[in-house]
Amino acid sequence: MSGIHEFIDNEVKTNDVVLFMKGTPQFPQCGFSGQVVQILDYIGVDYKGINVLADADLRQGIKDYSNWPTIPQLYVKGEFVGGCDIVREMFQAGELQSHLEAQGIAVKGAVA
Amino acid sequence: MSLTDTIEKKLIEAFHPERLAVINESHMHAGHQPGFDGGGETHLRVRIVSSAFTGMSRVARHRAINDLLKPELDAGLHALAVEPAAPGEPTRW
Repeated sequence: MSGIHEFIDNEVKTNDVVLFMKGTPQFPQCGFSGQVVQILDYIGVDYKGINVLADADLRQGIKDYSNWPTIPQLYVKGEFVGGCDIVREMFQAGELQSHLEAQGIAVKGAVA
Repeated sequence: MSLTDTIEKKLIEAFHPERLAVINESHMHAGHQPGFDGGGETHLRVRIVSSAFTGMSRVARHRAINDLLKPELDAGLHALAVEPAAPGEPTRW
């Protein structure tokens, strides 16, 4: 399991925006993951989607890493931001865009 | 007692909510996996307004609820959507 922890740690620290999800951004396999993909695509931020269904250790490991029981999980600059409900609330309040911009991450899409 | 009732009881005891709704949305997810008919209690939504959440961040509110319901999540509750609010904050229900 320590190998999984290191894999996750490396992914969230070497990529500005990482979404651990079920399926891929091109083909989400869960409605909650799909909602976050739509939000990230809408605001036009570059992100890396990682499919937890591809690896059972990863699927459990990401829950242990953040002490968060559900998927999807969004990370910005190595920091856990939230799951589907929190990402949607932040987006609707305009806070997701401002959080990204405050971290120096380009938001290219529609302005809130 | 159904899982929905159990969770409702635990939330009332822990947070003394002003408003609370625990909704079974499992039927809305029927067919999203082979062999899953949506007939059980796998996908729940918690809507809760409590003064316990005043001053807490979004993540902290979710963590408080997730921690309380850890036994249910470990026992196979597949999806838990959470809409927490403190009194006076906007709600959509």
